[in-house]
Amino acid sequence: MDRSARAGTIATLLIGLLITFGLPAYADPFQVMQMTLYVVLAIFALSLAFIWGVGGILCFGQGVFFGLGGYTFAICAINFGGSTGAFLMALLIPAAVAAALGYFMFYGRLNDVYLGVVTMVFSLIIWKLINSTAGPEWHIGAARLGGFNGIPSIPPLNWPGRPADALDPLQVFQIAMGLLVIVYLAMKLIKGSRYGRVAIAVRENETRAALLGYDVPFVKLVVFTFGGLVAGMAGALYAANQAFIDPNVFSLEMSAKVLVWVMAGGLSTFVGPIIATIGLQYVALFLADHKLMNSQLVLGAILCVLVLSLPNGIIPALQDAAAWLFGRTRLALAGRAPAAARKTAL
Amino acid sequence: MAYALVILIEIVRAVAGLVLISTGLMVIFGMMRVINIAHGEFMMLGGYTVVIAGKAGVNPWVSMLVLAPLIVGLFGVVAERLFIRFFYGRMIDTLLATWGLSLFLIGFVTVVFGNTVAGVSVSLGSVQIGGFRVSGYAFFLIAVAAVLLVATYGVLRHTRWGLIARGTMQNANMAAALGVSPSLVYMTTFGIGSALTGLAGALLSPITGVVPTMGIAFVARAFITVIIGGPAIIMGTISAASLLGTVSQLMTFATTPVVGDVALLFVAVVLLRILPQGITGKLFRRSI
Repeated sequence: MDRSARAGTIATLLIGLLITFGLPAYADPFQVMQMTLYVVLAIFALSLAFIWGVGGILCFGQGVFFGLGGYTFAICAINFGGSTGAFLMALLIPAAVAAALGYFMFYGRLNDVYLGVVTMVFSLIIWKLINSTAGPEWHIGAARLGGFNGIPSIPPLNWPGRPADALDPLQVFQIAMGLLVIVYLAMKLIKGSRYGRVAIAVRENETRAALLGYDVPFVKLVVFTFGGLVAGMAGALYAANQAFIDPNVFSLEMSAKVLVWVMAGGLSTFVGPIIATIGLQYVALFLADHKLMNSQLVLGAILCVLVLSLPNGIIPALQDAAAWLFGRTRLALAGRAPAAARKTAL
Repeated sequence: MAYALVILIEIVRAVAGLVLISTGLMVIFGMMRVINIAHGEFMMLGGYTVVIAGKAGVNPWVSMLVLAPLIVGLFGVVAERLFIRFFYGRMIDTLLATWGLSLFLIGFVTVVFGNTVAGVSVSLGSVQIGGFRVSGYAFFLIAVAAVLLVATYGVLRHTRWGLIARGTMQNANMAAALGVSPSLVYMTTFGIGSALTGLAGALLSPITGVVPTMGIAFVARAFITVIIGGPAIIMGTISAASLLGTVSQLMTFATTPVVGDVALLFVAVVLLRILPQGITGKLFRRSI
């Protein structure tokens, strides 16, 4: 990382810490829970920003791993009677599913477009499968899957190892913020590490990376699995925060939303998707609360306009504008991923 | 004996269903390489055409076989001119753009017509086989699927227009050098693909009912069929639909429709691992 990028990262961290400890003082518990939701969705967006932006893997079913995380957490927390083991399971199972799906896709040498379609089909099938589990015969241990009704009264997060001590909304918010910061830092570090550079090389040109001796499917598999793990973490936090989860987390709308956030925020950054997630989710909730517009209509229209006019995302477009204003060259803005990630399919 | 015959008919019907939902995509994605995620929504528009025409007093057969393909085909031409043509050659952007279109259409139709199921009723009676009854409409769908495949093959293989279309898809610059307007060919081909999609949506609407979200049920299966089919689109669609339809229908008989769907996906993913280019990437390579 060069100096300006490092300064940017440190500034982001400081802002994160400020929000973690400063903001909740001015909010009531309900607002804190709302803010936790935004933070959780931002973690979810980071998971896609990582596999798409760094690994060049366009996943149309990222909601699957989010949902699996949520469902795993719900089922395990109900069965175990505490959240510690459930939370760990909610990291492991989505990561394992991502690894299994990734094995078929990457070792089958599916290119980006087929990848998108296969992940999309996968999420549709899981959505159907979970929706059809409404009857009482569908249960795992004490947890009924509930089909389209979802799983209600999921136990909240508690102190590790002490099931009786449930965390209050403020603590959940701070944990979610802490995890967001950790995920953000980890992704930054991975992207700057040798491994991250190999992943970027694979994204830019698979053949060239393979000829240089790198194991292309394995590199992608690791990136994809890590993305699954992070999405699962977000899902677990989501389930714990809402105390409820239903099959809509597997729906195409969920996967579409996160794609829009990442696109709007810009593929090349990690801060962009976080900002875009919070902003767009706020707009969506506002529209839904005031019954102004159908949310799918708005989401679809935003996606269409974005692809047509700002294919690199809003934040990079603003960066470009700033660079132009202050007379800096585009290259000076470190960490820019070129649009090549989008062109590899050709 | 009668039971075996009924199972056989059901399998053929499942295959015909896959063929129906994939022919439009076969043209748009298989030939043109345009990933149209809004495929299911084009079908949904076909379904709504029938519903609206039915309310206006049009004979359902006329609206299914004539009006729906016509209107959805025109819609396809408009969408291609105003939106989709800007993304040719950029597959990932096409994917995102048509997904946006898909969500937009679902939202738009929900706002206009509401999130309710509209039924379409047509009846062709039923056929008695032993102790079982098979609806006449099933036979009708099988016949239409067969006619569609033969007609598409005939047009692509034996007409001048089919030759021009195939040539343009292979090498647009060369076609342009020979005096063909690729832009016009792309527009027409997209329109025809949309018309086929609208026809499929209309024909299936009596079975599924018409809702804004009905397309979601089809889009995955259609894509899987065309992708598994591979580069020789018609032969590929026939072989992929036969294989996947048989597997999913047998599993449906043995267990539940959901397991049938899952089996379809599973076979498809494993097949893609073995044959990444699809079935016709290895077999029947010289066909269309």
